[in-house]
Amino acid sequence: MARLTVIDGTPLKPSPYAIAGPLVALLVLAIAWTSYYTVPAESEGVVLRFGRYLETVAAGLHFKWPLGIDSVEILPTRRQLKMEFGFATPGYSNPGQIGTDADREKSMVTGDLNAALVEWVVQYRIQDPRKYLFDVRSPAQSLRDLSESAMREVIGDRTVDEVITIGRQDIEISALTRLQSLVKLYELGIVVDQVQLKNVNPPQAVQASFNEVNKAQQDRENMINLANGDYNKAVPKAKGQAESDIQAAEGYRFKRINEAEGDIASFNAVLEQYIKAPQVTRTRLYLETMGDVIPQAGAKLIVDDSLRQWLPLLQSKVGEERK
Amino acid sequence: MNRTLLSVGIGLAIVALLIVGGAFYTVSQTEQVIITQFGRPVGDPITEPGLHFKIPLIQMVNRLDKRFLEWDGQPVGIPTRDKTYIYVDAFGRWRVQEPLQYFLRIRDERSAQSRLEDILGSEIRNAIAKHDLIEIVRSDKDRVPQGDEIISGGGANIGTIGMLPRINFGRQKIEAEIKSAAASKLREFGIELLDLRLKRVNYNPDVLDRIYARMTSERLQIASRFRSEGEGEAAKIAGKKERDLNEIQSTAYRKVQQIRGEADAKASEIYAKAYTQNPQASDFYRFLKSMEIYRKVLAKDSTLVLSTDSDLFDLLRRISGKQ
Repeated sequence: MARLTVIDGTPLKPSPYAIAGPLVALLVLAIAWTSYYTVPAESEGVVLRFGRYLETVAAGLHFKWPLGIDSVEILPTRRQLKMEFGFATPGYSNPGQIGTDADREKSMVTGDLNAALVEWVVQYRIQDPRKYLFDVRSPAQSLRDLSESAMREVIGDRTVDEVITIGRQDIEISALTRLQSLVKLYELGIVVDQVQLKNVNPPQAVQASFNEVNKAQQDRENMINLANGDYNKAVPKAKGQAESDIQAAEGYRFKRINEAEGDIASFNAVLEQYIKAPQVTRTRLYLETMGDVIPQAGAKLIVDDSLRQWLPLLQSKVGEERK
Repeated sequence: MNRTLLSVGIGLAIVALLIVGGAFYTVSQTEQVIITQFGRPVGDPITEPGLHFKIPLIQMVNRLDKRFLEWDGQPVGIPTRDKTYIYVDAFGRWRVQEPLQYFLRIRDERSAQSRLEDILGSEIRNAIAKHDLIEIVRSDKDRVPQGDEIISGGGANIGTIGMLPRINFGRQKIEAEIKSAAASKLREFGIELLDLRLKRVNYNPDVLDRIYARMTSERLQIASRFRSEGEGEAAKIAGKKERDLNEIQSTAYRKVQQIRGEADAKASEIYAKAYTQNPQASDFYRFLKSMEIYRKVLAKDSTLVLSTDSDLFDLLRRISGKQ
């Protein structure tokens, strides 16, 4: 049996444990380190063995073959993920959430060849982890591209007024339907839950004129309200005045007729007496009147009717009386 | 024991050599592999994922992607048939259909992408230049815009505002046109073009000023229409106010005059009837009225010239009075 010897004769005894010991310890550590993994809640893990799909596992602690034989990809399949277009809110964990050029993303041409700025959000979930990981190379980027394409198709069939004011809900629904069918066509393993429009505006340069339209609508309402106000101030008042005038005329009518009837009643009473003794009544009334009237008159002159020339007499007499 | 240790050591060394020399290789779920020997492909492409064997050192592994791959074109400025300059940003979906052909003609993905860029880029340019802008923007030729008060209210002449210009093709047909033209050219490279879509269509910045000017003037036209509608309505209401006021006031006047007239007539009737009820009545009325008037008329400033021929002073002449 040959023994290994060193040149100076000392036998060299290779101790198995001295060399192999640390190596084995290292190996065991490596194996232990790479043989377990955790899948967080809301996620699933896709396990590959030698690069080949093995199984999909749910959340929790799992074991796998160590040292790179098994590898695991973790996907947040239960979480609803979102993508923003035309704007970006900071603090996102999903790298696909924002695009690279928000200004370009939101500029669009509408169906009446006007321009609009549209911001929107797509909410989706990873439904089929196998498809998502293995069938398409950049599923998130594809989803972004498809979302932009679908939204532009929908906006491209609408007028700028529909886009900015009245058609928002219709656009969201149409874009969602279109995007869902495209995503199915592309077999991304994704399901789109919602498309939501955020800010939708006309381009900066024309915003003033769009505001002008709103102002003009207001002005129109104001003018009509003022005119109605005038009407309502004048007409009821005139109606009231008319009523009052008519009532006054009615009052006048009562007064005149009642006065007339009163006058006539007293006349008839006296007439009755007169007819019974006309001569005496007449004389009495005449003398009564003269008795009241003549004393209150000023100058009085009694002349004989055979007197012809009494003018000079009159003047002196009247002058005397007056003194 | 030394011998077993030696054989184990040699065995391990051989395995290590094999591993280092590349006798094992993994094919991932997303790859297909072509084995080349001295630069030439041998055998069929290997598409099964997992662990595989090859001859070390002599045979090389060439990996090709098995998945659906993306192509994202550079935005290009193209004039449409109606001479509008636009920026078009397209994206496509392709895969390696014939790995051997692909490998021989193209070799690596960088060349593939540049091929795609060339062919797709030129097809897109052709298609855009062949159509009017509206054909590229719109897709659904049957769509009728939702009515909006801003556009259709008032029935005024608004020209083409708020209408969707008609199309004959539409974006989807044009996309399909580009795709089929390019797909046949790409087939000879072992590439299957699965889809091509327009992601973004935007006005070239030079054209934007013109577009904004048109949008602004459209809006101002709408605004001035609103204002003139307001003025018209207000004038109508003011006119109505005048008319109603006149109607009320003149009707009232007529009624008032009527009532007063009737009252006066009735009173006259009452008086006349009473004063003419018999011949003595009218005579007595005249007498009474004259007496009343003497009381009123003769005052301090009146000068009475009385004759002794009167019924009152006839007794001054002679005791028996007037005969």
